[in-house]
Amino acid sequence: MEFFRFRRDIPFMRHALVFNVISLVTFLAAVFFLATRGLNFGVDFRGGTVIEVNYAQAVDFTRVRSAIDKLDVGEYSAQSFGAANTALIRLPLKPGVSSAQLSDRVMTALKADDPSARQVRVEFVGPQVGKELYENGALALLLVAIGIVAYLAARFEWRFAVAAIVANLHDVIIIMGFFAFFQWEFSLPVLAALLAVLGYSVNESVVVADRIRENFRKMRKATVSHVIDNAITSTMSRTIITHGSTQIMVTSMLIFGGEALHYFALALTIGILFGIYSSVLVMAPLVMWMGVSREDLVKPEKRSGAEGEKILP
Amino acid sequence: MNRYPFWKYALIAVAVAIGFLYTLPNFFPEDPAVQVSSSKAGVKLDAALLQNVEDTLKGAGIPFRGAVLDATGVKVRFDDPDTQLKAKDALVAKLGSTYIVALNLLSSSPGWLTSIGALPMYLGLDLRGGVHFLLQVDMKAALEKAGDRYMADLRSLMRNEKIQYAGISREGVGVALRFRDESERNKALVAIDRNFPDLVARGQDAPGGELRVLAQLKPEAQKRIQDGAVQQNIQILRNRVNELGVAEPIIQRQGAERVVVQLPGVQDTARAKDILGRTATLEIRMVNEDPGAHEQAVAGQVPFGSDLYTDRSGVPVLVRRQVVLTGDRINDAQSGFDQRNNEPAVHVSLDGAGARIFKEVTRENVGKRMAIVLVERGRTEVITAPVIREEIGGGRVQISGRMSTREANDIALLMRAGALAAPMEIVEERTVGPSLGKENIEKGFHSVMWGFVVLAAFICAYYMLMGVISTIALSINLLLLVAILSMLQATLTLPGIAAIALTLGMAIDANVLINERIREEIRWGATPHAAIQAGYERAWGTILDSNITTLIAGIALFLFGSGPVRGFAVVHCIGIMTSMFSAVFVSRGIVAVVYGGRKKLDRISIGQIWRPAAAPAVPSKG
Repeated sequence: MEFFRFRRDIPFMRHALVFNVISLVTFLAAVFFLATRGLNFGVDFRGGTVIEVNYAQAVDFTRVRSAIDKLDVGEYSAQSFGAANTALIRLPLKPGVSSAQLSDRVMTALKADDPSARQVRVEFVGPQVGKELYENGALALLLVAIGIVAYLAARFEWRFAVAAIVANLHDVIIIMGFFAFFQWEFSLPVLAALLAVLGYSVNESVVVADRIRENFRKMRKATVSHVIDNAITSTMSRTIITHGSTQIMVTSMLIFGGEALHYFALALTIGILFGIYSSVLVMAPLVMWMGVSREDLVKPEKRSGAEGEKILP
Repeated sequence: MNRYPFWKYALIAVAVAIGFLYTLPNFFPEDPAVQVSSSKAGVKLDAALLQNVEDTLKGAGIPFRGAVLDATGVKVRFDDPDTQLKAKDALVAKLGSTYIVALNLLSSSPGWLTSIGALPMYLGLDLRGGVHFLLQVDMKAALEKAGDRYMADLRSLMRNEKIQYAGISREGVGVALRFRDESERNKALVAIDRNFPDLVARGQDAPGGELRVLAQLKPEAQKRIQDGAVQQNIQILRNRVNELGVAEPIIQRQGAERVVVQLPGVQDTARAKDILGRTATLEIRMVNEDPGAHEQAVAGQVPFGSDLYTDRSGVPVLVRRQVVLTGDRINDAQSGFDQRNNEPAVHVSLDGAGARIFKEVTRENVGKRMAIVLVERGRTEVITAPVIREEIGGGRVQISGRMSTREANDIALLMRAGALAAPMEIVEERTVGPSLGKENIEKGFHSVMWGFVVLAAFICAYYMLMGVISTIALSINLLLLVAILSMLQATLTLPGIAAIALTLGMAIDANVLINERIREEIRWGATPHAAIQAGYERAWGTILDSNITTLIAGIALFLFGSGPVRGFAVVHCIGIMTSMFSAVFVSRGIVAVVYGGRKKLDRISIGQIWRPAAAPAVPSKG
């Protein structure tokens, strides 16, 4: 089996502008939704209490709500979670009321209403901890970005580093844009997925960058855009197969992982899709426009004839 | 060509053997068990205890499967959870006062595996169920408490040194003294300097011309006090957790002012929260029995030096502010029954100093009432206010009065567990029921398994024999990953399982890179042997680069993540390293076995390789 049969290099760079306009539009849309709708932060970042309650039969939400309404807990939400007999109740932070008491009071009220109510899970995050988790998350994102730029700059060249990080941060923003648009819950595992995507789609840029460097060495006469076209075309097959393989695992998580891993897997799915696109079709043109040349990459690493010169079609 | 030196095979064989050995314990099911351990230092765990446990169980007719004694205590295994519960009740009745009897799950892996340190993976709370609390110690309150202590000390210093002062009060975390006389103030400054190295005292004149001395804690003393407060609170939390009977509790300091408490397998989370979250301190004070004062206080005018509280039934009690005894003078407290009327009661024994004070106070106040006051965060309650019938010496006190058995139990527990050095607040809580934990394991396991099956099928179909080799390498990756996680006893969480799935999906990248490269080399006319060689060599640099960037993300996540996400980061980072080993080193080894021996190799089973018709075949020199 061989899926990808490219007779000659696909002239990606000729359409570079188109790709970048597409990605700019998506990016701006993501930023727009982030700005207007904002992220629907989960309890991890916003603080508050989440209680998962299991019933012997399907949840009767009017009764659940009327039981909680009596408690004066502020603006809460109650919805079904995964199965019809499971309810997820989110309570906001309330100054002066400790969570420990809050979740107990809610459970007591629910049990009084229906003795089959069983507490499955409670998560409470205080305002201070929520803020810290938020700050640490942002810090982690920043640190990863700096680390990757530094590594790529040392290993390749600053243009690759800048192009790769622009391309991949743009993935991250787009994933967040999806979360803002659909108001999916943004929780700690989703943040983990974001960082994993960042590390992962940089892979993609690295593979292409590696090949560009190699091509500069081998294709002495070719123009820069031809070198890049060839690099993208010849790594295309690997790109699709690898991402497909990762997506197989992620899809399995989407199907079998249940509610707890749902948004994690979803973030990865979007990340993988846009990762392919951006790290190849955004990174490469950026590198070209920043004016990368053969001398930037080949000179310091020239070895004495170990890399045989090749004529490639 | 493509031969591998012997030592490399030996290395692979050793790695796989160790991997297999350390993965093995994860396949044995867990037995319900009961663990008996000591609640205090000094209580011996010895063969006599083991004998005692066995006798108790035999006496109650409860079947058990082997009881063992180890460093943490006696562990007894049972066939099913019902017997386990029955056994726990029997053991609590017999040993409960001196030992902690807790439910536990023990791996049924054979002893020789355990003896080489091969243990099952350590499951996080989201997989095994339990409670996680993050408690924040109120540092300001700890310092204020210290300020109060220094205020008393300074007062007695002034008295001992016969220094005249006009007043003393606590200001923030310092103490302010007022003087009428400059020379007295100077004497005070010298005395404080000499006697309290932790305080900085300096003269300060208030706007009204008042002479003052402000004594403040030095920064290093403040830090020491705060450290001490956290340490003491951890100790107290440990005592309280011991009372709850949890098999493997984790109580750890986190950062400067926080404490993590993890109680795996705890079912009654409300009670755990109640006991741990209590910030109660206990005080014994005298009741203000002036009838006029009492009436005034109820009407809203509380006389100076007294506080108006209510007791459990809502009756107001006027209590003097002066504290006779605090909870830290209490050695032990047990719930029991009053011998006269068989009502629930708490029997308290005091330490030497406490007993002396108590004797003095009771002698002077026969016929008066004494209040036992429970101070919880922002709320003070009189538990009971008994009348002192006679002088009580010897430090043995019985408190009774309108309480249920459960209340007597809880009061005894709180008195025993001692006073917190500073109040604490739960700032994060994650509670997972045991059934959800099981469900999470199942979901995680299915995600990994089905993903792996489909992935393996696809890779085998696409790359044929080379795909099979890649799949074997991937399986070895999984094996090594699980083995290392078991060896390190790193906490496995649900995001951690997700990371296993994701890591496998990413690890195949290395093999795809290699296989694609080999195909490409063959496409341009390289001989099979040269193609394999070039494929592995050229792909290696790319694999290294891309894994390092992924590793950077993993490490950042580990440094800044918390809880379950940290579990994700650990697995992710380890997975990246094992994948580099297996995808390159191991798969190359297998390729060498399959193809390396053949001198003349016509083709490699790597799937159909498409050649563009127009392409000129130029042999590679790579």
